[in-house]
Amino acid sequence: MSQYQSRVIPVLLCNLEGSLVKTKRFTKPVYIGDPVNAVKIFNDKEVDELVFLDITATAQGRKPNIRYISEIATEAFMPLCYGGGLTNLADIRAVIKAGIEKVAINSALEKDPDLISRSADVLGSSSTVASIDIKKDFWGKYRVVTRNGSNNLSMPPLEFAQLMEAKGAGEIMLNSVDRDGMMEGFDLKLIEEISKSLSIPVIASGGAGSIAHLKQAIQAGASAVAAGSMFVFQGKHRAVLITYPSQVELAGLIPRI
Amino acid sequence: MIAIIDYAMGNLGSVKNILKRIGVPSEITNDAQRIRNAQKIILPGVGSFNSGMQNLSKGGLDELLSELVLIEKIPILGICLGAQLMLNGSEEGHCKGLSFVPGNVVKFNNDNSNLRVPHMGWTHVQRLKSCGLTDQLPVEPRFYFVHSYHFKMENKKDELLQSEYIYPFCSAFQQDHIMGVQFHPEKSHKFGMALLRNFTEQV
Repeated sequence: MSQYQSRVIPVLLCNLEGSLVKTKRFTKPVYIGDPVNAVKIFNDKEVDELVFLDITATAQGRKPNIRYISEIATEAFMPLCYGGGLTNLADIRAVIKAGIEKVAINSALEKDPDLISRSADVLGSSSTVASIDIKKDFWGKYRVVTRNGSNNLSMPPLEFAQLMEAKGAGEIMLNSVDRDGMMEGFDLKLIEEISKSLSIPVIASGGAGSIAHLKQAIQAGASAVAAGSMFVFQGKHRAVLITYPSQVELAGLIPRI
Repeated sequence: MIAIIDYAMGNLGSVKNILKRIGVPSEITNDAQRIRNAQKIILPGVGSFNSGMQNLSKGGLDELLSELVLIEKIPILGICLGAQLMLNGSEEGHCKGLSFVPGNVVKFNNDNSNLRVPHMGWTHVQRLKSCGLTDQLPVEPRFYFVHSYHFKMENKKDELLQSEYIYPFCSAFQQDHIMGVQFHPEKSHKFGMALLRNFTEQV
């Protein structure tokens, strides 16, 4: 009964207009609906946690949209993590004040990895998530990418993740760009390689299409699993339907001891 | 009116938000007079033990809370760091706690486990005794936890709930009108709403 269950986290993406979208390999955003409505549905479904990412903020050089964030936070009675356009401590303080528990910092780390330390000093490590996007290059080598996958970093993924841990990140959100929206399973090799060399939790993201996939990611060493398409699409024609597994379905998702 | 103590430690808005959802008036405040006027007090908080105690004592809130809780017997609910501060002290820092209930705060020991610290996620709770705060909860109650340190009570009789992560630990304590929970009821949807409703109606 008191067995510890890994977190299963829906990831919602939004654009400038505050609409929910879902991508494939970080491109081709498809309209899903209204975020506040989605959060209400996820409340009813008693989700473990929610991640909310504004995927257009960085590309447009925009600040986080505090008004939308606050509308969403008011309806969220589960832990809420926000990412998108967070470039300094003032942005981070503003989204926390709007009612967010955790911040996911991504593109800003390319030039300013110490932002993780400054965030952890103010919010604590457990509220500071380093979000790392990984893409295979032409030769099949894993590379850290930023700005929606458009920019390559020279530091290898494992070294980058370890740097984030050393800077005080409480968690690593590990996103596979190649698997995003494909619903064909996680990149298990990547998850295993990164999580076995860190002592902080890794949230695996990118590729989930079924409960079996979630289980595989946890077996590979992830502490938590995130999914987008799996919780917003239904059937092979990808009809929009917000879903979340029941507690019974989730009961088998226990970490490796 | 419930006073949510504002001592600049973490996201207090979510506590007010969930109370509003269940129809309970509350205010986030550090004003002594407003806190004195409240029927009940919630001491939330996320962050380190030392900075929590230092922020409380900066505004004299430590003395005010001691008076209201120990002399006036105002019901208080501590959440996460707020609950830890109500014990004697913590391995996390040198500051002395409020010492409302005898106990200490110790770090999770995961030497013999692959489970990572902090403990972050949803975990079940088991009742160790009867109390208005927790007697009526939805079936299989579970709550959201984020912590690296946990309560270690001096007296078994003060332990209210137990949870298991790496090993069984005390996840809530209670002595008369003084209650503390390690988890976050404000982020534990229907279970959190039920517990906070109990705090306003049953204790």
